[in-house]
Amino acid sequence: MDTILSLEGVGKIFPGAVALSDVSLSIARGETHIILGENGAGKSTLIKLLAGIYQPDSGKIAFNDQPYQPKTPHDAQRSGIRIVHQELNLLPYLSIAENLMLESLPRRAFGIVDRKALNSRAVALLKEVGLDIDPRIRVEALGVAQMQLVEIAKALSYDSKLLVLDEPTATLTPPEIERLFSIIKRLKAKGVTIIYISHRLHEVFEIGDRVTVLRNGRLVATRDLEGLTVPDLVRMMIGRDIADEYGFDASIVPGKVALSVANLKRDASTPDISFAVRHGEILGVAGLVGSGRTEAMRALFGADPKLDGVVEIDGKPVAIAAPKDAVRHGLSLLTEDRKGQGLLLDMAVDKNITITDLGRVSRNGLLNRRAESAAANDLVGQLRVKASSIEQAVRNLSGGNQQKVVLAKWLFRGTSTLILDEPTRGVDIGARREIYQLLWMLAAQQKGIIMVSSDLPELMGMCHRIVVFSKNRIVGEVPRSEFDQERILSLAYQEYVRP
Amino acid sequence: MSETSEIVVAAPVSPARAKFLRFLVRDAGVLLALVLITLFFSATAPYFATSGNALKIFVQIAINTVLAAGMTFVILTGGIDLSVGSVLALCTVVGATVMIDESLSPAAAITLALLACMATGAVCGFLNGWISTRWKIPSFIVTLGMLNMAAGAARVVSDNSTITGLPQSFVDFGNLIIGGFLPSIFLVAVLVIAAGWFVLRFTVFGRMIFAVGTNDEAVRLSGHNPDFYKVAAFTISGLTAGIAAMVYLLRLNIGSPIAGIGYELNAIAAVIIGGTSLSGGKGSIIGTLVGACILQVLSTGLQLLGVGDNFKPIVIGLVIVLAVILDAYRERLLRRIR
Repeated sequence: MDTILSLEGVGKIFPGAVALSDVSLSIARGETHIILGENGAGKSTLIKLLAGIYQPDSGKIAFNDQPYQPKTPHDAQRSGIRIVHQELNLLPYLSIAENLMLESLPRRAFGIVDRKALNSRAVALLKEVGLDIDPRIRVEALGVAQMQLVEIAKALSYDSKLLVLDEPTATLTPPEIERLFSIIKRLKAKGVTIIYISHRLHEVFEIGDRVTVLRNGRLVATRDLEGLTVPDLVRMMIGRDIADEYGFDASIVPGKVALSVANLKRDASTPDISFAVRHGEILGVAGLVGSGRTEAMRALFGADPKLDGVVEIDGKPVAIAAPKDAVRHGLSLLTEDRKGQGLLLDMAVDKNITITDLGRVSRNGLLNRRAESAAANDLVGQLRVKASSIEQAVRNLSGGNQQKVVLAKWLFRGTSTLILDEPTRGVDIGARREIYQLLWMLAAQQKGIIMVSSDLPELMGMCHRIVVFSKNRIVGEVPRSEFDQERILSLAYQEYVRP
Repeated sequence: MSETSEIVVAAPVSPARAKFLRFLVRDAGVLLALVLITLFFSATAPYFATSGNALKIFVQIAINTVLAAGMTFVILTGGIDLSVGSVLALCTVVGATVMIDESLSPAAAITLALLACMATGAVCGFLNGWISTRWKIPSFIVTLGMLNMAAGAARVVSDNSTITGLPQSFVDFGNLIIGGFLPSIFLVAVLVIAAGWFVLRFTVFGRMIFAVGTNDEAVRLSGHNPDFYKVAAFTISGLTAGIAAMVYLLRLNIGSPIAGIGYELNAIAAVIIGGTSLSGGKGSIIGTLVGACILQVLSTGLQLLGVGDNFKPIVIGLVIVLAVILDAYRERLLRRIR
């Protein structure tokens, strides 16, 4: 094997914890190598070592048979290793072309930027990643998928030998993922070596040659992807079998309608929508990102203004003008943007949980800290939130535990219907499974659950019914007996492919 | 995601110890600075370590402490109130005008003046909060407008002149030093701080102030109306400006349309030095009291050391900047502890 990058016994220790321990790995020239692992498995640490952000405490890294010891990200770039980080590092108010060549803008005399050369080179680079777009457009005007491609184009502009993609599909829609994959395949055909980190197990088979699985900072195995299955990967990642990830509970029979929405119209330009969820039912909401799913849920909850529509709870019409009305009527919204809209990141776990109903832990406006701690401890135990104490700031919890805190705050309030927008985004498999179990517990308590998700297998695993959004319209409703990935996907695209 | 989990494992500190470290870094840090500065001046500046000087400092920090107490509420919600200085001026002329009304008995005049000051301040503060939330305008701009409007109103009310002739009993109370060590106006300041501390620490309202400053959208989606708390914080800031105006009258015995110029900046400085974060959600009102003390101790100490009036502001300015730099480090430290 012609090895481009090799790690030998690499370890990284943070004060009090081992983030990476004795990892030995070699990446073959020209291969697409997948790295899998739960949150905290050491993937990010590994990438940061390659990127020159961290330096290893032990072990050796060799790149092109030379010792590789980058001290800064700049060193890494100069050696020919480019990293496309999960959080994109583009400058929104500069043009695409300027972003692409920021580190070496073509210049004329007196340091004046040569716009002509800049833009023509940018066009060529964008072509590499299949983007046909004016390079003079400002980056802020692009969608996330396009930004991702610009990042990749930027990485290519430095004649990279090794490209590291950190969860590039996290925010992409299926067609965008397809496009990204065809670009990855093209790059591979040109001889570029790719390290690809992902959470989505189903997709890695399409592009990967080999896979390395990390768990708790250690390397579990490096294997050829051919012949492996998703359950194999899961077993390697979490160290045990997961028979059925979702645990659909057939013993729960949905009862009366808990929440119904009739002719909800957000503004003059959007069509009106109607749907209902029963007590004890998990209703799936499918659709592409930007198909109006999130927007409809927010309007229903009073988070955004709506023009028209009747919301009924247990058959009685209720007026919802603001989230406080929705909450008063027993609705809960777990937002898609957990950090920005769901949590008080710098505040402690207990304070995040009780914020929905401080009246319960106070008397005459005075807080009862003891009652508050007891209630918070109770929920933290029930939901198995892993925190050092309820006084830990939620910022320092993992994604899955943060999501559990959001659920806990709604359980504290005592909810009758939950609207969950992408409840498992950025949540690792172990915690994800716990969240599923929790949802089944809530369904068993006859709560209505609306689950919006981009992860179709998850919806098909969890839901009694799925309604499909396409271009702000509900284009179909599929009962569990008729669940079929292709049918749901074609519904989701329906309004977009129409002439 | 994995980044955050790394931080967790990076600092495994037991809860009790974390609590202590948090206290040390967040609250005791400023107090330690105050003690060090005081020791320094006690050792170097003549007359600094005398009871007379201590009394003088207590008298001098009263007004700023009261203003800064209300300012703490506003800054905790993520806002800023630039108007408190001129609102104070307006309140002094309103209060003085009421107090010199000869048809009233001194007791009634003083009581009415206090109510008038507090009402005037509260109305100004309410307007600040209401306008900035209703039209979603940064409070920086709204309160800048209020700064000018209140200053103008103060001139209108006073006919642009200084109002004197306050009741003797009022003046006497202002000069009172309880038990020979506690100036009455400092007592007022301490009471205001104590009230603020109680509200912020033990009430639902106080919790909401912190929550709104941390993430107002999350608060809204949790079923609350964050604007209510923002308006309330500004109203409190106006109210304390009114109380500070009474303190001003007690101390200087005149109502003046040009009182309070630049006071807002001292108040903000006290809040920031005291460890409250300008971006909201983090801080403490006890810190604000300490911050006000630090400012005054520095000012007095430098004066006694013979540092000229021209150089004093340079040093104080440096200290403010230093405090904010330290605050950034403190945040980093705190994140590791929690």
